[in-house]
Amino acid sequence: MEKITRFTSATTVLAIDDVDTDQIIPARFLTTTTRDGIGKALFADWRYDSQGNAIAGFPLNEPGAETRTILVAGRNFGCGSSREHAPWSLHDFGFRAVISTEIADIFRNNSLKNGLLPIIVDKATHAWLIANPGAEVTVDLEAREIHLPNGKTVSFPIDGFARLCILEGVDQTGFLLKQADAITQFEKTRSWQP
Amino acid sequence: MGGKSLFEKVWEDHVVVPETADTPAVFYIDLHIIHEVTTPQAFNMLRETGMPVRRPDLVLATMDHSTPTVPITNLEGSLDAVSDPEPAQQIRQMVKNCAEFGIELHGFGDAHRGIVHVIGPEIGATQPGKTIVCGDSHSSTHGAFGAMGFGIGTTEVGHVLATQCLLQRKPKSMAVNVSGKLKPGVSAKDIILALIGKIGVDGGTGHVIEYRGETIRALNMEERMTICNMSIEAGARAGMIAPDATTIEFLRGREKAPKGAAWDAAVKRWLSLASDPDASYDKQVDLDVSELEPQVTFGTNPGMVVPISKAIPADSGDASFRKAINYMQVKAGQPILGTKVDVVFVGSCTNSRMTDLRSVAKILDGRKVAGNVRMLIVPGSQSVKDQAEAEGLDKIFTAAGAEWREAGCSMCLGMNSDKLGKGELCVSTSNRNFEGRQGPGGRTVLASPETAAASAIAGVIADPRAYI
Repeated sequence: MEKITRFTSATTVLAIDDVDTDQIIPARFLTTTTRDGIGKALFADWRYDSQGNAIAGFPLNEPGAETRTILVAGRNFGCGSSREHAPWSLHDFGFRAVISTEIADIFRNNSLKNGLLPIIVDKATHAWLIANPGAEVTVDLEAREIHLPNGKTVSFPIDGFARLCILEGVDQTGFLLKQADAITQFEKTRSWQP
Repeated sequence: MGGKSLFEKVWEDHVVVPETADTPAVFYIDLHIIHEVTTPQAFNMLRETGMPVRRPDLVLATMDHSTPTVPITNLEGSLDAVSDPEPAQQIRQMVKNCAEFGIELHGFGDAHRGIVHVIGPEIGATQPGKTIVCGDSHSSTHGAFGAMGFGIGTTEVGHVLATQCLLQRKPKSMAVNVSGKLKPGVSAKDIILALIGKIGVDGGTGHVIEYRGETIRALNMEERMTICNMSIEAGARAGMIAPDATTIEFLRGREKAPKGAAWDAAVKRWLSLASDPDASYDKQVDLDVSELEPQVTFGTNPGMVVPISKAIPADSGDASFRKAINYMQVKAGQPILGTKVDVVFVGSCTNSRMTDLRSVAKILDGRKVAGNVRMLIVPGSQSVKDQAEAEGLDKIFTAAGAEWREAGCSMCLGMNSDKLGKGELCVSTSNRNFEGRQGPGGRTVLASPETAAASAIAGVIADPRAYI
């Protein structure tokens, strides 16, 4: 996993509530057995018409969208299926953070394991970001803050362990593997066996 | 010191290393169910790092998501003839991965191949007090047994394969107290749709729901599974129901259920899992279902739902509401009853079990599916298929003009050939009415098996109470 500490980008704004993972990546793209090139399928049915042409007006089709690393989304982003292909495709497209007032549980978990920061902000900050697409925002993971071009600094919550893993660019599997002795002990001493 | 809830008891029983401010808990998993779609990259990770599967005996493997629902006789030519190339490759990769890592696979030809959340309970591997995960969000289904079931991503599938554990923060708890007796023609699916309509698709976010009350106690295990299954559609981490005599009777004698003295000990432990009378919850919701009508969705998430006789809500001006209404080609303030139907799908981990198929058969018996409707009935597993055929239900279905298919997820998520065409409207017993969920441009109306069957006959969205 790549290290993330602090980055600045113009935002892409997708002002729709309850965006589900079937929209982020439709199920027909889940037949892959790798993660290669999965960003092409990101929002496939909103980005392209049935002939495969880009749909004008969709935020990800705006000039320069592929260089932006921050997505501002409506409330309850990432609801629905547990497919990790959703954060994979957002990350592969270039995003490193999703900002909303609420982000669904499984999507948030999956994102944290892939260097995509799920950032929850208050309603007023969110409303400002929605109203100002393309605003240059700085995400400071070290300080758990975002800086807006209007001079405001807003802090955001993030699990301390996940934050440390992303700051250091290490995946969580290593930590879990180091618990092998405790796991063996648990298996031996529990009161019943599955 | 207050008592403990069902969820707290199961949670505490699986903490290997407690959570701290700096680190999440190391949390043990008793049953890991895997399928072909969300595991290939996890097996690749194991291969790249040279790691074995720690407990292949605690893995239950099958193929369901991208499998065709027409009969196949082998995994080469016969599969290729009916499948798109990528899903066929994924299916073959699953066979290879399971063989290489020593995991028993319920593949084609096995009596227990089927939808992950149908076969776990069916073989008795799903048991009270277990922690059960799968790379599928509807793992909440297993909570019907008083297990804690939840969906995980592929990285976490790798974690469980390698260590049998996950890193977890303890979720909050929420009690949903259901009261009242259901009226004829109204079923478990209507209860859960009404609940999601009430609390919203994010009403359960961060919480584990416990469904409680007289109404829940009166449901059979399959109906309880329907309710727990859709907990995730309210955003909940899991949904659970305390084990009781109904749970015990369901599990008795099943293949993976304990036997002899071990059974007696297990039953004692299972019955002790029910929430203590003084247990507390972070949130409480009450739902009286005594006047509940059949429920149907009108929009593009499961929370956009109305009682079947009522109109779609008035246009609030909300952009997401308008987008949904436009996509569905329905009108705000108008009833959805009577809307023309193209396809009816009976199936999915929500409603593909015997209780569901019997309800559908009762309505279809002696009637015909309308000429404008294609009706697919897809059993949840091979053994559900066998049982339905033993009861003659398949004859009722095909006589009515419905298609009787092989087990799988099928049109719930349109990963293989069973897909809606652009603009087609489907009354579906599945769990998600997201845009394009059943095929690009397809429109989904979620409903109970009873409403689906009635709509198939009428050719329009119809109230099942007129058909029972």
